[in-house]
Amino acid sequence: MAKKIVIVGGGTGGTIVANLLARNLRSQISGGKIVIDMITDKPYHIYQPGLLYVVFDRMQPEDIVRNQRGLVDPLVNVLIDSVLNIDRDNKKITTETGHNFNYDYLVIATGSRTVPELIPGLAEGAHTFYTLDEAKKLRDSLARFEGGKVVISVGVPHKCPVAPLEMTFMLYDYFRQKGILNKTEIYYTYPINRVHALEPVSNWAVQEFERKSIKYETFFNMERVDPDKKVVYSMEDTQVDYDLLIAIPPHKGSQVIETSGIGKDGWVPTDKVNLNNDKYEDVFVVGDTTNIPISKAGSTAHFESEVIAEIITSRISTGFSLRQYNGKVLCFIESGFDAASYIWFDYNTPPKPTAPSKMLHWMKLTYNQLYWSTVKGSL
Amino acid sequence: MENVSIDQSIDARGSACPGPLMELIRAVKSSKVGTVIEVLSSERGSINDVPSWLDKVGQMLIGIEEVTSHWRIVVKKVK
Repeated sequence: MAKKIVIVGGGTGGTIVANLLARNLRSQISGGKIVIDMITDKPYHIYQPGLLYVVFDRMQPEDIVRNQRGLVDPLVNVLIDSVLNIDRDNKKITTETGHNFNYDYLVIATGSRTVPELIPGLAEGAHTFYTLDEAKKLRDSLARFEGGKVVISVGVPHKCPVAPLEMTFMLYDYFRQKGILNKTEIYYTYPINRVHALEPVSNWAVQEFERKSIKYETFFNMERVDPDKKVVYSMEDTQVDYDLLIAIPPHKGSQVIETSGIGKDGWVPTDKVNLNNDKYEDVFVVGDTTNIPISKAGSTAHFESEVIAEIITSRISTGFSLRQYNGKVLCFIESGFDAASYIWFDYNTPPKPTAPSKMLHWMKLTYNQLYWSTVKGSL
Repeated sequence: MENVSIDQSIDARGSACPGPLMELIRAVKSSKVGTVIEVLSSERGSINDVPSWLDKVGQMLIGIEEVTSHWRIVVKKVK
């Protein structure tokens, strides 16, 4: 009887795990000893960091979208369907169209989604940039914008913790190039008592804010938005008015995680080094889906994917694995249209942002293309 | 604090990003009134940051204790 590996989700983490497993187990899959199934609800795959560039017309929508099947090794069976239930005790997955999958190993890669509805008025009053449609809508609004107060307000939790800063710095460069900086105020709010979760990044960003006359307010957690009055109210009893509001909405994990009784708010309880779910040693969790208190970012999913693929491969061949995840994350930070910084850190190493440079910006632009090789498991 | 019953525990030790306070804000927002939340943090700054935020939003700090190489901060959602 063939061993069955099921991957639920076709984002960065799910796709990399699928491709690495196909590469590691090629002969056993070809020989019918192993079957890998991927179930994903979207026939396409978006390079999500590219949305930031779509907003500023620096990448086109078609640059950041690929057909999902084309990214996955042909040895992996891909089913485009929604998963209705994950039954870990009986090792069974049920889909919306009535397919049932049993598994020996399961990889949950169901990702995260924005939930603006948690903050009354946010969906009506704010722009966001977490889907292609939202990014295009913001791009169109920026094209019409001729000055006023732009507020960037950050919700909790959210993925890609550096994206709000990147958005702010790119807005600055956009308004400067458009010649409307002198009649535009940029105002940034952040939930904790600094402008980024990482203190070294915050210290660097504050210097940039002050140099660019970007105003900011900390300890600001959006509670509600009045789209008619154009005001954002905070849990801390302060308020900010705006002409254009760009919000980073709070995020949740996938609904199926909640309906299957696996984790609150769609986040899966995950061992931070072994990457398995609670007592289930055959259920692995990757990317935004985990409840590990680290960045929900593509690079996190990438590094976790490598570990999970190696653990499953070793477990199949030897019955055990020595591999563990050390919390590694690496992020570029665009500091405008022509310079970028970067940070890396892990569970034991704090981040140290490097000075922004054109070289790092070019590396980021190069990575925007190399992503397609990463997700295929080639990098 | 030994006798306090914990409803939710957040182990943010070694968590550089998003960090203990952000994890706590997330937990407070998604919890019911009356929930007692424990945060484990290896960041010394948390012993100042967390009480400052709780003070601003009117939530309750039950206590802070140092445990070997980290701090245990216990919070109650009261509104």
